[in-house]
Amino acid sequence: MKDMVVIDGLVKRFGRKEVLHGLDLEVAAGEVVCLIGPSGSGKSTLLRCVNQLERPDGGTVRVAGEFVGMAQGRRGQLIPGRESDLCRQRTDIGMVFQSFNLFPHMTALHNVMLAPRRVRRQSEAQVVDMAQRLLAKVGLADFGDAYPVQLSGGQQQRVAIARALAMQPKVMLFDEPTSALDPELVGEVLDVIRSLAGDGMTMVVATHELAFAREVADRVVFMDGGVIVEQGPPSDVLVRPREGRTREFLSRFLGVPTGALGEPASA
Amino acid sequence: MVGRSMELRSETPASGASSNAGVVPGRLARFVRSQSPLHWLLSLIVLVVAIELIRSVSTNENFEWGVVGDYLFSHSILMGLLRTLELTVIAEFVGYVLGALLAIMRLSGAPLAVAASWFYVWFFRGTPLLVQLIFWYNLGALYRHISLNIPFGPALFSADANSVITPFTAAILGLGLNSAAYMAEIFRSGIQSIHHGQSEAALALGMSRKQMLRHVIMPQAMRVIIPPASNELIGMLKYSALVSVLAYQDLLYSAQIIYNRTYQTIPLLIVVSIWYIVVTTVLTIGQSYVERHFSRGIRQSRQRRSVSRGAGTSTDRPAAPATAAPIT
Repeated sequence: MKDMVVIDGLVKRFGRKEVLHGLDLEVAAGEVVCLIGPSGSGKSTLLRCVNQLERPDGGTVRVAGEFVGMAQGRRGQLIPGRESDLCRQRTDIGMVFQSFNLFPHMTALHNVMLAPRRVRRQSEAQVVDMAQRLLAKVGLADFGDAYPVQLSGGQQQRVAIARALAMQPKVMLFDEPTSALDPELVGEVLDVIRSLAGDGMTMVVATHELAFAREVADRVVFMDGGVIVEQGPPSDVLVRPREGRTREFLSRFLGVPTGALGEPASA
Repeated sequence: MVGRSMELRSETPASGASSNAGVVPGRLARFVRSQSPLHWLLSLIVLVVAIELIRSVSTNENFEWGVVGDYLFSHSILMGLLRTLELTVIAEFVGYVLGALLAIMRLSGAPLAVAASWFYVWFFRGTPLLVQLIFWYNLGALYRHISLNIPFGPALFSADANSVITPFTAAILGLGLNSAAYMAEIFRSGIQSIHHGQSEAALALGMSRKQMLRHVIMPQAMRVIIPPASNELIGMLKYSALVSVLAYQDLLYSAQIIYNRTYQTIPLLIVVSIWYIVVTTVLTIGQSYVERHFSRGIRQSRQRRSVSRGAGTSTDRPAAPATAAPIT
């Protein structure tokens, strides 16, 4: 399968603290990769480097074959790219944030339509049907006129997913999409992500929902301390981890010995 | 010249009301409801003072209310009012545009732009407005000629300083450039009040910095910017009275011309005050309309329940994968 995302030797420092130590990761087209690991392990930073919300201090990120935020100089060497190129590349990379970040001064429908209208310069009439369809897809067909403040956390996050889908991205990044939600609202958001996986969307999901990862992920990547410790099919990494750090994380996280996830979650 | 901070305080009616009673507003509210003897005493004092005030103002002949009526709509006063309005609008326009530019420079992160913006605010906030006005008026003493050149090229515009710097242009420069320093800080605080998640969400969607600022940040920042910006406009209306020292015939100077001749100082100052209050009232009403416009999505939390109820519960559920529309 063709690689959609290729991360090569990614290094990121905040001040003197290095949080990603030369990380490599490939994500194939249509693949669902779940990033798990303790807080501060670099999951978020990794995702934010993919669309250059954080500028990497070393290494490269390619999405759909193109270096993100970089251009090739005359002799083939990599040089910082132009802002307009980065904007175009970012339209291929949808991102969903932990804290939703909906635009509070717009209705749900206008949140979804904003980028197609302003970035693609399409008219409202051209995009309103598509936006309605996306809201229906996330189960909020009747909420187009609601402002974010009128929606529950789960509803806001689903609007945020529809907003990211509006640019028809080639890959979707989810940065702990359910961590800010009340427990009873987590399911509705995971259902939407699950249905996207069913549609064949390429996705990288940083999550603490291990049962969800077990069920939906093609591959689970366990990160700790800015490196990938272990990766593989969920049935291996979550059920029979090879590495001690993975075992320790899983038992601490689940509060039970490893193996509890042996049975797929019935959702 | 009255300090800006004092001016701000005097323009907040709510704080004055509660500090009068010497109790915090919350306690005052509870206390009013309980209708204790103190409540009646306070009401009595307010009533007595108000009646006494009205009686003294209406019976003291030195107020010369007849003269006030004579001049309120006189031609020279109305012309002065018109010039004051013109001055206020143009100078504040300069202040808003230049202030926004300075704020963007300050937040750009480009070292020279940041330094220039910082220096501008430091200088224009650091010297009295009255001094700046007189300084601009006397610019001719500093530069005989004013010209606008293309760098190392021919002059686009050249003139004698004394013909360019009229009382009007000096007033616009003095008031506008001074206000820009304050507006820069107002814009900056407004933009910085928006959570960084908003700009990240906009950038992640592929928006440029300009699009992000225009469609995501500014519409939200306006909610924070409008109250102090309106204050600035109302302040400008009254600071513009300072240009009477440049012999520009604004509202105040027009009145001064009359009372220097007739010695009816008090009634003419009342005429001037009435017009300032009228315009301030109109601006305040306008402010509340603009505020309402920019608080979309913020003040509507009360409608939340009705929207949730309006939609059936069956729709409030993710579509099953089987019936889901394909992503287009």
